[in-house]
Amino acid sequence: MVSVQWLGGLFAGVTGLGSTLLLVPVMLPLAGLLLAIAFGGRHPRRIVLALLPLGLVAAVGIAAVVLEADAPLRYDLGGWAPPLGVTLQADGLSAVLLLVTSVVMLAVGLYAWPGFGVPPGSSETRTSFAFWTLLLGVWGGLNLVFLGQDLFTLYVALELLTFSAVPLVCLDGRADTLQAALRYLLFALLGSILYVLGTALLYGQFGTLDIGLLRDRLAAAGALPPAAIAAAALMTVGLLAKTALFPLHLWLPPAHAGAPPAASAILSALVVKASFVLIVRIWFDLMPALLTRSAAEVLGVLGAVAIVYGGALALGQARLKLLVAYSTLAQLGYLFLIFPLATSPAGNATGEVLTGGMLQLAAHACAKAAMFLAAGLIATSLGHDRIGELAGVGRALPLSVLAFGIAGLALVGIEPSGAYLAKTLLDGAAQASGQWGWGLVMQIGGLLTAAYLIRVFFHALSGFARPPALRARPARYQELLVLGLALCSLALGLLPPAYLAVVTVGRVAAAGGGLP
Amino acid sequence: MSDATLFGLCGAALVGLGLYGLICHPGALRKLLAFNLVGSGVFLLFGAVARRGAASGFGGDPVPQALVITGLVVAFAATALAVALVVRLAQAAGRTDLDPEPPARSEATPERPS
Repeated sequence: MVSVQWLGGLFAGVTGLGSTLLLVPVMLPLAGLLLAIAFGGRHPRRIVLALLPLGLVAAVGIAAVVLEADAPLRYDLGGWAPPLGVTLQADGLSAVLLLVTSVVMLAVGLYAWPGFGVPPGSSETRTSFAFWTLLLGVWGGLNLVFLGQDLFTLYVALELLTFSAVPLVCLDGRADTLQAALRYLLFALLGSILYVLGTALLYGQFGTLDIGLLRDRLAAAGALPPAAIAAAALMTVGLLAKTALFPLHLWLPPAHAGAPPAASAILSALVVKASFVLIVRIWFDLMPALLTRSAAEVLGVLGAVAIVYGGALALGQARLKLLVAYSTLAQLGYLFLIFPLATSPAGNATGEVLTGGMLQLAAHACAKAAMFLAAGLIATSLGHDRIGELAGVGRALPLSVLAFGIAGLALVGIEPSGAYLAKTLLDGAAQASGQWGWGLVMQIGGLLTAAYLIRVFFHALSGFARPPALRARPARYQELLVLGLALCSLALGLLPPAYLAVVTVGRVAAAGGGLP
Repeated sequence: MSDATLFGLCGAALVGLGLYGLICHPGALRKLLAFNLVGSGVFLLFGAVARRGAASGFGGDPVPQALVITGLVVAFAATALAVALVVRLAQAAGRTDLDPEPPARSEATPERPS
């Protein structure tokens, strides 16, 4: 097979780039952004769809190199090592996140192709231009957050991400989405300013911003100085506001439910995860000493409340997209259970817990993107997304409903799904460390998830005799794409353990305390 | 009291005032101004850090100053984006407050094309 050989050759070429490969995920979106703004018109859409597959190849290449070498990839920009220079680094965590991002991005880009085109007769429309350029901005911001190794670079990346994500919420310009976008922006700004305040305190105390160097200096300092604890608290709270964990979640449901479906998918599947990953970096990489039982339990309790509260509110929603948005609130809670679970006094379960957390993140990203996209297909076809009036939609749009259903089942965590494997790993850690309470919370969350999905199925699968009149029929390829994304989430649990081990690459050094 | 301590305390006071405004004022424009106040406080703190952390022979550590310039640009962009949103919201809804009890949303629901 010539094509297979060609692909193999391409892949060998890509992985042969070594650490230079790290530039690709950052350069592609930014170069695309410049090109899209320079050419405008009908071109942004083509540029995005040309670059996204390249991004996927680069992400697969980075993951392969990291897994193969069993060590993080580093690239010093301009050959300047920290503390003077800025470093990009891909450890196992970054590799997984880059991969998830490029898969979801590619699926959403393909899905949005017909919806955000320029209609014949006009040379450029605002919505089309804004959507595709903002998509590139989000992509670049995400990749930089995953690769950045310097607290201030991470701040700039977070801001690029926020400024690209906020306008995606109000693309249609309605008053309620504008208000949702403004509220999102103000929460995000509060979050980033608290993050910078923490950065200032850390720089004032230790004189560097590089995560690796800071970790060494913190470890050398012995007990955490008060400035470091204050900085960690400020940064964590700021990032929690951006992640929309329980008491800081008010902005999320209207913003995620009001955005166009393709934008909602990106916001819910990927954007909120970026700030979560930074919290993981701060607690696991930067200040492992912070990860004591009492401190981690605060985050765990907030996560547990989010699971129950988000699930209960999702159960009461009248509109499908709002239900999916509240479900995001609940699913984000699971991610925060990794903090108390990683503080196992019995032994070092950090690797398993982190693997479980990342699996949950990846499974949720694919499933939630599929749910938002399927809800979008249903809403555009019916002209509304009121759950009580979904009767007959299972007959009228069988593929879309099937995709929504499979994504929902993957979210609940039925047997082969990524969420199932994640919950098994987290549950194992909870049992091993005698913290069975967190396992109970996960079970309650699973029941709530099943309950609100059954409510949707009940309405969607009733009334087969009288299918509703459709305003428009979605393209078959869109339905298949969403189904594929849902199946990705469902099949994640089938990954061989050898691949799952990629998450912990670069983690052993952190546990050993400092670089050689 | 040294200069750096004085500036640090001023920065802390600005951050506190700004946080109060950001949380307690319902109006979006006031929240935005409060955010800028917090930003000024943080940048002042960076300045104090630069003065305190000055290596021998320098008047000040240049790194925090570079960070402040970047931070100013980012805060400026954020303010511009937020003001644009406030203006559009005022045009579309005639109001710019962000009450969590959403009279705007319940008004807007019947207008939504269904």
